[in-house]
Amino acid sequence: MAETDSSPLLSVHPSTCLVDEKFEVEVQHLPADSKITLHALIHSDDGDDWEAFGHYTSDSSGTVKVSRDKSLGGTFEGVEAMALLWSMRPVPESKPGRLFKKKNVQTPVKVVFSVHEGHLAKGFKHRTPLASASAERWYLAPDVQRVEVAERGIKGTLFIPPGSGPFPAVLDLLGGQGGRVEYHSALLASHGYVSLALEYIGLLNAAGKLQHMDNTYFETAFTLLKKHPKVCPDKVAVMGMSFGVPVTLGLTAYSEIMEPKCVICVSGSHIMPLKGSLADVYAALQQNVEKIRYDEKMRIIWRDLLLPIPVDPSKKVEMGKIKCPVLLIAGEDDQNWPASESAEDMKRMMEKAGNAHLLTVLSYPGTGHLIEPPYSPHARFSDFKLLEAKTKVMILWGGETAPHSRAQEESWQKTLAFLEEHLCDSSREVTPC
Amino acid sequence: MAALTRIPPLLLAPSMPPWGTPLAVAWMKNYHPLLKVIPWLTPPSSPPWTPPGRPSRSRASSCLNVSTQKRTCPILSVHPSRGLVDEKFRIVVTNLPPSHKVTLHSLLQTEDKDFWEAFGHYISDEHGTVTGTKYESLGGTYEGTEAMGLLWSMRPVPGSQQGLRIRKRDVLTPMVVHISVYSGHLSQGFSQKPPLATSVIERWHVAPGVKRINIREEEVQGTLFLPPGPGPYPGVLDLWGAGGGLVEYRSALLASHGFASMALDYFAPKGLRLQDVDISYFEKAYQILKNHPVVQSDHLAVLGLSFGSIITLSIVAYSDVIKPQCSVCINGSHLIPFDKNLFELIEEMKKNVDKLRVNEENQVIHRDVILTTPPDPPVKVDVGRIKCPLLLVTAGDDQAFPAVESAEDIEMMMEKAGNRHLLEVLTYPGSGHLIEPPCSPHFRATNFNLQLTKQKVIILWGGQTQSHAYAQEDAWNKTLAFLREHLYFN
Repeated sequence: MAETDSSPLLSVHPSTCLVDEKFEVEVQHLPADSKITLHALIHSDDGDDWEAFGHYTSDSSGTVKVSRDKSLGGTFEGVEAMALLWSMRPVPESKPGRLFKKKNVQTPVKVVFSVHEGHLAKGFKHRTPLASASAERWYLAPDVQRVEVAERGIKGTLFIPPGSGPFPAVLDLLGGQGGRVEYHSALLASHGYVSLALEYIGLLNAAGKLQHMDNTYFETAFTLLKKHPKVCPDKVAVMGMSFGVPVTLGLTAYSEIMEPKCVICVSGSHIMPLKGSLADVYAALQQNVEKIRYDEKMRIIWRDLLLPIPVDPSKKVEMGKIKCPVLLIAGEDDQNWPASESAEDMKRMMEKAGNAHLLTVLSYPGTGHLIEPPYSPHARFSDFKLLEAKTKVMILWGGETAPHSRAQEESWQKTLAFLEEHLCDSSREVTPC
Repeated sequence: MAALTRIPPLLLAPSMPPWGTPLAVAWMKNYHPLLKVIPWLTPPSSPPWTPPGRPSRSRASSCLNVSTQKRTCPILSVHPSRGLVDEKFRIVVTNLPPSHKVTLHSLLQTEDKDFWEAFGHYISDEHGTVTGTKYESLGGTYEGTEAMGLLWSMRPVPGSQQGLRIRKRDVLTPMVVHISVYSGHLSQGFSQKPPLATSVIERWHVAPGVKRINIREEEVQGTLFLPPGPGPYPGVLDLWGAGGGLVEYRSALLASHGFASMALDYFAPKGLRLQDVDISYFEKAYQILKNHPVVQSDHLAVLGLSFGSIITLSIVAYSDVIKPQCSVCINGSHLIPFDKNLFELIEEMKKNVDKLRVNEENQVIHRDVILTTPPDPPVKVDVGRIKCPLLLVTAGDDQAFPAVESAEDIEMMMEKAGNRHLLEVLTYPGSGHLIEPPCSPHFRATNFNLQLTKQKVIILWGGQTQSHAYAQEDAWNKTLAFLREHLYFN
């Protein structure tokens, strides 16, 4: 009953690695010049299936090498080593508006690769592949500690790299969409930084009502991180996204408690009333609620709520007061926040104030709002839970898959390089912690 | 393809990265009970977010432990941090002062709770970088440009028992290795000095998606490892040595490379005596593998090591049932045929028990027991009857079996019989008997239960560490290539 047909060999190397590492996918022992489809599938923690596929033709030795060969069609085209991951989209039977977010970072993302005969575009579930291979992609490197934090009102998760330390640290305000976002901090810790993933949107107060965290909350978090025995107190950076950006910039400019070594802002803006807080940003948005637009599929576009960029300096963070290096990452097709326009205005303000040498702007065409770690699937829109109204709406984030994925890859590399440059002392003058 | 209803696959347990650094704590506790373990090094089962009441003191004590040199923030990266045991990694240390002496150190705690370590001495370049794959180790447990020296040159830490060996029993969990970089050229005292940086890596015998299945059929006992995917796959019958028991790790690794591999427990497994293990036991095992729904019945190999090679040569030559597409024998011999049962085989070997030698270190040398075969003319396995390609892997310094001499004689016999074209011989000078998967430490002499005398001895396997490491890597690559050539239909 065993078959005597040829048995192609599918290999993924490395089969186990961090989510930001590249792999090599290769198929051997195919007939020469044969058409095959390479398919990748993730069954997410939320129970959704995501898939990507590429159409290939084997060479004269019966081999297909993804890093070398062109995909002739599928969810991506051309020579794309990692597109089997980043071009993933929900399978046709899925509910609309799904987003790929790993909540449990202590388990890996399991990817199943298969080789199918011919150039298929659907029905992968019902066909037996020629060969299969699995890979595990981790947000956590071995032995990174995960510690839940609930102290002095701070809610978050701390990730600590292995070793005696002390280490440089990052206060991670990636939770700008709401809830506890751990995967980003887990990945930073896997690269050697103690990282505190702070929960600050969607928290309820004692009465069970939604509260907007004031500036003291963020200052307390910064201090706690700074004082942790495994952290170098003068090597703490702050990284924010969405709502985290005005808070980061405001506190960096004005707070005497929050003095980061450097700051990274992704997909956000500096528009906030002078010395204001999160509550003020929300209020500003509410005032402009009539500026909400919709695309042809009735998905919500929020970017105009903060536009036009105010000329009045009292409505923006005084960028001239910032004394540490700033890295701004913006998608030019961000449909949720006016990140690109804000970046341009911040640059103008800093040039005027004379501290533009501290600024680096990474602006990516064709890139939307959700700039995630590399190789994560891109979602141009998704459903979103409105906190106050407790309803679900469909939000347009923006971006085209290929340029957005390239932006994710490049901006992550530049983020790590930026943190290394400013937090790890590479000068000959060695500073004790 | 037949339905897979017969097999209940034992799915891979989800792997969890270990919390905390219990290894570092255990090491320090075991090694230096006088060394106070700093509070924030304890595993975070209920971690103090800030150590209660003593934050400043614990930081000060950490600074005291650090060397008086001013500190940089060196970055140690090991890629990949999780991999198969035969995968290579890249170690890079950056942000050191230029021309700075450092020691790269590795530490492993085995399932038997022993500690093994290796280390190499390096000097950073003018940019303050050390790259393991490009730079030379100037001393330590290995020298020269050796990317994987931190694994294959491991040895038990000072103060350990004699004759230790590493054999992973639970292949579904990884070996966790702590890689650290220390300031200066150290050769000891690693537990007393805090490293500049540490990285933890996992080395796995199973790739994601490999399935482990217990085999208990008729009296045959073993474990089958299936590669990921639906199959069908070529199959390998994996025969370990006379150490006995069920040694799974090589089969797990073969499955990670695309072969359905069955590790067989044949040296008097539970419920069987040595007298009960005859050729039919192996034939039954072979049939189980061959008839398995996801194994390709005409793409099979038999792979043996040491005593398992003795068995392999006999069953492949004589059995009407065992007809693999190819076979591999590592450090075996044809000088003792297996034609009755294991008990008779050992009795035959016992006739030469006076040929056991002992060296000055009281280590037992076993090779002459097989080399001098009693009856005249000697009764050898008739290798002229072998009809499939045969790969012989032999170690030049094998002190347990006369592998090289046997290979030479096999070649002559096959030349005479006209099937020499099936034979391929690999000889590794300086290598010892235990040719394991790559990156395994070299075991020159270890504790062993000698069947011949029913005594616990220290048996000399032989080999010099660097040559042995090279042999392990090359032999494994060539074995995989050989299996692929003959088992994957092209």
